[in-house]
Amino acid sequence: MGEDYRLMWQELGLDLEAHDALLGVLGQAYGDIYLAQKNRPLGMSYFDFVMSEVHGLRIRELLDEKKAGRKIIGSYCVFVPEEIALAANATLVGLCSGADFAVEEVERLLPRNTCALIKSSFGFKIGKVCPYLESADMVVGENTCDGKKKAYEILGKMVENLYVMDLPQVKSEHGKGLLKAEYYRFKKAVEQLTGIAVTAESLKQAIQTVNAKRAAIHRLSALRKADPAPISGLDALLANQVFFYDNPARFTESVNKICDELEQRVEAHQGVFPERTPRILISGCPQAVPNWKLPMIIETSGAVIVGEESCVGERGTRNLTSETGSTIDEMMESLVDRYFKVDCAIFTPNSERLDHIKEMAAAYKADGVIHYGLQFCQPYLMESIPVENALEEEGIPCLRIDTDYSMEDVGQLKTRVEAFIEQLR
Amino acid sequence: MRYAGIDIGSRTIELVVVDDRGVAQDSLQADTGFDPIVQAKKLLSEVSFDHITATGYGRNLFEVAFDSPTVTEIKAHATGAWALFPGVFGVLDIGGQDSKAMSLLNNGRVKKFEMNDRCAAGTGKFLEIMARSLGYDIDAFGPEAMLAESYLNISSMCTVFAESEVTSLIAKGEGRREIARGLHESVVRRAAAMVNRAAGKGGDIVFTGGVAKNPCIVRSLAEKLGCRVFIPDDPQAVGAFGAALLTMQAHGGQ
Repeated sequence: MGEDYRLMWQELGLDLEAHDALLGVLGQAYGDIYLAQKNRPLGMSYFDFVMSEVHGLRIRELLDEKKAGRKIIGSYCVFVPEEIALAANATLVGLCSGADFAVEEVERLLPRNTCALIKSSFGFKIGKVCPYLESADMVVGENTCDGKKKAYEILGKMVENLYVMDLPQVKSEHGKGLLKAEYYRFKKAVEQLTGIAVTAESLKQAIQTVNAKRAAIHRLSALRKADPAPISGLDALLANQVFFYDNPARFTESVNKICDELEQRVEAHQGVFPERTPRILISGCPQAVPNWKLPMIIETSGAVIVGEESCVGERGTRNLTSETGSTIDEMMESLVDRYFKVDCAIFTPNSERLDHIKEMAAAYKADGVIHYGLQFCQPYLMESIPVENALEEEGIPCLRIDTDYSMEDVGQLKTRVEAFIEQLR
Repeated sequence: MRYAGIDIGSRTIELVVVDDRGVAQDSLQADTGFDPIVQAKKLLSEVSFDHITATGYGRNLFEVAFDSPTVTEIKAHATGAWALFPGVFGVLDIGGQDSKAMSLLNNGRVKKFEMNDRCAAGTGKFLEIMARSLGYDIDAFGPEAMLAESYLNISSMCTVFAESEVTSLIAKGEGRREIARGLHESVVRRAAAMVNRAAGKGGDIVFTGGVAKNPCIVRSLAEKLGCRVFIPDDPQAVGAFGAALLTMQAHGGQ
């Protein structure tokens, strides 16, 4: 790091003192949670580097891209298609929403019973500590849950360049039509922002780039089916989190490199934990950086996480976009097909998600499922009871957790998670 | 061989030592105080044993200080309760600052459990504070409440709000016993709901933890659940007893 980053942050309008405090906490947490793990794949050193430079070098890169004429688009949701941004000469980045910040100020704008993720996105804005948000030429909000929908009305007054994407709530032809119309509207907005029209070639290239990134994650996920698991759930989650920030091509290469190493581990029957360690599937709300609370508790209580049924995980990354189209319209259609399959809990009914949880539990040989609900996240909390009932009918133990980003319930959660793991042994 | 279990709770610490057949030989108790490890050391110095397992909220402190294995309170109470009442359907444990309910499989292992949220509503601490605001000694609180001819509805489970509700009932001139009874009923409603979530209906339960010593809670709970509620001789020691049995099993005992 050094003084040039400070100047960069200052120019972005960050609150340097608050930002220092945030980086201090982040660095400490990363050390305690990540670097303290044993038997990590060597390839994870790439992600250690990325995390140490998450507000430094990566921001410098984005600003260099901007200087060269590219635009930066910030997003809060996996429904915002990265392919369209890339095809119109823009870079898409995920925006910060995984830690409590400036809570008191946030609660002057949002009710206290708003989920931690939404509050966090406001906190990073009010506290002026998210360099991604401040670098963005366009910020995309999306009409997913009621909390986010209404929050964007308020965020729109604080962020000049907020663009709100509408999303369907039902998996009908009508719903698909809405998604398609919204993707065309988004394409037009991005083209206007960058002044560069999406072409068939650029869209094809973009689809391939993002598919390659997803395929690398699929490869990583498949390796986690082995017992002993070759990588911790914490490390795999980190790869899924960095998916939203990193340069796509470099990310793909780095994940594939880790996979090469993991293949050797699987072959040699080596794992990050001993064989027959109880295996947990996490299902539910997204876990954005640095929200590592639950996985940290699980993996320091004698279990290993083998999959995440989550937007930061398989719900977000599964299904590649068909690469068969040759015209823009055909490829847009393929994108709509791919994204329309995302089984977010804002959809009703949403039985595909339940099927996917069962599928994942079987594929990753999970001994139990921990349903992760963020307090006040109505869609996922509403689904958590039917999920638990359905899993129990199939003889798959399920523990429902309802928590937020604060650390005050860690002791209590640890007892519940440990007791659940004792049940699985 | 002598096998020990220590349960470091928020209010008290229990230490139980069992022999090769799993029969309790020693059972000791101390207040947790502000330094549980000092208190634990004092208890440990009073008995002899070969191996030990820690449970309770302080188990990880103990693990670090004494390099001992740990189990959760949930497994410890289930194991202890099953040994005392083989074949029992479920267990309810209400301690000083938390409460939990579990259903058991037909081998005594935990099938499903529920735990209270992060606050201490409806636990021993709640009853202790309510007894104090009504001027009762904690041991007399249950028996006095049982003498009430009717009970007043206390709607709040939050210790802070319930206390002000009690204050306003006193100001209205309501009877002390009736208020006390209302407080007991509110604890029972919450506990019964937890048992029903974890176990549903279908068998008798064992009630452990300090609150099981309150006869009013026990009687109302049995009525509310419509089943028999078994109380161990020393309900507070069941967690430590269970941990001692698990120590024994881990070392090849019965």
